[in-house]
Amino acid sequence: MRTGEKTRIVGAAVPRKEGVDKLLGRARYVDDITRDGMIYGATVRSTIPRGLIRSVTYDRRIDWSEFTIVTAADIPGKNHIQMIFADQPCLADGVVNHSDEAIVLLAHPSKHKLREAVSGVKIEYEPLPGVFTIEQSERRQIIVWGADNLIKSFLLEKGDVDSAWSGAAHIIEGEYRTGAQEHLYIENNGMIAEWSQTHGITVWGSLQCPYYVHKSLLAVLDLPGEKVRVIQTETGGAFGGKEDYPSTLAAHAALLAIKSRQPVKMVYDRMEDMAATTKRHPSRIRHRTALDQHGRLLAMAIDIATDAGAYATLSSTVLSRATLHASGPYACPNVRIRSHAWATNTVPYGAFRGFGAPQAIFAVERHMDEIAAALSLDPVQLRRINFLHKGDTTATEQLMREPIILDHLLDRALSESGYYGRREQFARENRLSPVKRGMGIAAFYHGSGFTGSGERTLNSVAGLDVTREGKVRVLVASTEFGQGTNTILTQIAAETIGIDYDDVLMAPPDTSMVPNSGPTVASRTSMVVGRLIERAGAQLVARLRQDTELGETFTRQEFFSACERYRAAHGEVVSLCRYQAPPEVFWDDERYRGEAYPAFAWSIQIAQVAVDLVTYAAEVEQFWTVQEVGRVLNPVLAGGQIEGGVAQGIGYALYEKVILENGHMANNQMTNYIMPSAEDVPPIHVFFEEIPFSHGAFGAKGIGELPHDGPAPAILNAIRDATGVGFHAIPLLPEDLFALLAAPEPVAEAAAR
Amino acid sequence: MSPLKATIRFIVNGERHTVAVEPIKRLLDVLREDLHLTGTKEGCGEGECGSCSVRMNGELVNSCLVPVLQAEGAEIQTVEGLASSGALHPLQQAFLACGGAQCGICTPGMLMAATQLLSLNPNPSQREIREGLAGNLCRCTGFTRIIESVIAAAAPPAGPARQASHAR
Repeated sequence: MRTGEKTRIVGAAVPRKEGVDKLLGRARYVDDITRDGMIYGATVRSTIPRGLIRSVTYDRRIDWSEFTIVTAADIPGKNHIQMIFADQPCLADGVVNHSDEAIVLLAHPSKHKLREAVSGVKIEYEPLPGVFTIEQSERRQIIVWGADNLIKSFLLEKGDVDSAWSGAAHIIEGEYRTGAQEHLYIENNGMIAEWSQTHGITVWGSLQCPYYVHKSLLAVLDLPGEKVRVIQTETGGAFGGKEDYPSTLAAHAALLAIKSRQPVKMVYDRMEDMAATTKRHPSRIRHRTALDQHGRLLAMAIDIATDAGAYATLSSTVLSRATLHASGPYACPNVRIRSHAWATNTVPYGAFRGFGAPQAIFAVERHMDEIAAALSLDPVQLRRINFLHKGDTTATEQLMREPIILDHLLDRALSESGYYGRREQFARENRLSPVKRGMGIAAFYHGSGFTGSGERTLNSVAGLDVTREGKVRVLVASTEFGQGTNTILTQIAAETIGIDYDDVLMAPPDTSMVPNSGPTVASRTSMVVGRLIERAGAQLVARLRQDTELGETFTRQEFFSACERYRAAHGEVVSLCRYQAPPEVFWDDERYRGEAYPAFAWSIQIAQVAVDLVTYAAEVEQFWTVQEVGRVLNPVLAGGQIEGGVAQGIGYALYEKVILENGHMANNQMTNYIMPSAEDVPPIHVFFEEIPFSHGAFGAKGIGELPHDGPAPAILNAIRDATGVGFHAIPLLPEDLFALLAAPEPVAEAAAR
Repeated sequence: MSPLKATIRFIVNGERHTVAVEPIKRLLDVLREDLHLTGTKEGCGEGECGSCSVRMNGELVNSCLVPVLQAEGAEIQTVEGLASSGALHPLQQAFLACGGAQCGICTPGMLMAATQLLSLNPNPSQREIREGLAGNLCRCTGFTRIIESVIAAAAPPAGPARQASHAR
């Protein structure tokens, strides 16, 4: 264990590994790549949300002999995308379950002719009634998925909730809603596929999880593993949006490439990407909370419902994470959480940074402020007296073994922001001003890595090799899409071995060259994959010492000449390691009890918000975020992760609204789906506290998703502080503020007794 | 099928080019497909995201909105024209040191917008930087480190006015 040791490279602000290529404009994204003889592919999509396909006809004015046409009938293997359930077709076959579902694929050398041809394919439907809301789905008058529209449910019980109500001094109830959110990576989804009789199918694309794509291609194309090769190209943002969708797009491009015998590029334009690909799950979350006279939590009953869309995709695991974050960073003896993911006839919702946690934390952290208001308590104090501490158990009865410094994070956030001083000042100034300012707080954790037994099931492998040119290469399928995988993993390798940062390279993210280190999701790369690289480095050095008489201390020249001696005697220099679970991790999937996560990252966020009662615009003016993410491996990259997550969280709270009409995204353009610009994002003040985690690489825990969890509740809590009105739904747009603030109706306080 | 081609003469990154292209093409397409300058990116195709920003005759333009015929005789600078003889431009150096680039897809456009801003205002305030870059969307960084990068690249060293944040 090296977590306490002084390090040279880990913890330093070394420059981004692929940074120079990106800055010079020579990094190669999928749309920058051309293959010899390459043609283009396009997709004909459903224009109705649900129905039977009666006929597909082709406009006679178009010479279809020039085109490659693929339908479900051309699929050699299974017509479904391999995620958790096998319910989502690769191409609709006889029935469509959401708008913009892929039905026919076309390929042609001319992009222009392709566009015309897409509108020349006429599909006739027999429409079926659809469901578009959680409420319609749970009513089950129309069944659109399985026997009962229910994609997944969980029940988590701790203690005895039913007996807690009678002894409570206060019972507070609330209902909270969150909307869909589009990832809006600036690079749209794109893929190139090329077929060869000898090598099988190769795809290059913008993606997070090469082996997810690999698995889906095997099934759809009915090919053996060695005939499928997936290569990630430089990826222009993902945020979870390129976790599952690339499996579908890769299969589409591959089918066209196989039928046309030519390389096929499919790159979506912005409107297609926004209309047809996944988004964050909308949610409705109800809280009923029992408290004693001092505001201590006695019982929490939480009911979570998510809108999953038309197919299961990742909805069960998103629901799981929502469930496991729903009770917040608080100790409560009695907890019951019921959760349901409901099918609707919209594009399937999928992974998005936070993965269910932002929804759950919005609800619990808004609810804490409603409780504080009802009990006339300081929202800071209410949180403080209920915080989890080392030795407490969570809702899953996971014993908190590692130190928890929430009190310290809170103190730091309060002092860095001047929280109480500002609140007082604003309370004074607000009386005389049409601009009302307020301060809002959110406290939360984010579980690092896969849930429960997930990491054991993944059973990831990662490692290092040494090239003949004298470079160490990191062998992982973990991908870079801006978050810093390349930099962090090379830092870890260089540090562990004792060589320079420039001595280490990333092997190409190519399934024919790298082992399956698992998907690049769930804030697992630094902690889990990084730890595998740390172990692989130590294993390599130990082997060289044993077999080549490498000394206890060595220079980088001595290291590389030891590698050459090893190569001469034993062959290639490779060191691979397989995941080993920390010994305490036990998880009961049936009862949803045990060690939900090997580690938790913790954060306190504070927002200063101004609400203008002339324009009804809410503006975040300042944002403070204090977090404990274990060891910070690279301060510049870590800070960038936090700031970017906060900015997306601000968009989630105040700007980004997905408008669905008959299940189709009506505002599928950057013109009318608004993300925060440089003028909308405030100064973000970032502070780290470090407690190294003994099972993470050099003490690292997860970081990437955490910062997105808190901004929405912190901002709406600040708006409550500014206006005295609690808003219970996001996105909160000026028209929503106007609706409640302009109408001088008495505002209902949360029911208290 | 031989669509009528138009001959366009322009200067890109200091080099004279004459290209015969379909007149319907956008400047973005000609840069990427005909000149193989793929550093300039397409994010939205409707002038909202700024990833395709280039400098044309001293103005910042969204090259996805410029019909190529308008570029006849123009002097154009793309991201490929920033570094000179192997050395990173000061803005590129600052983006590298300060963490101004994450996924990198908005970076070329952001660099061109920042170059334009500094050419007009060598010592911008944070507020002026936010305004100057408001047409370029970045989904990764939250803009903080992009703004720091521009401050770091600007000359001369920071004065107290630049340190003040725009909000109270």
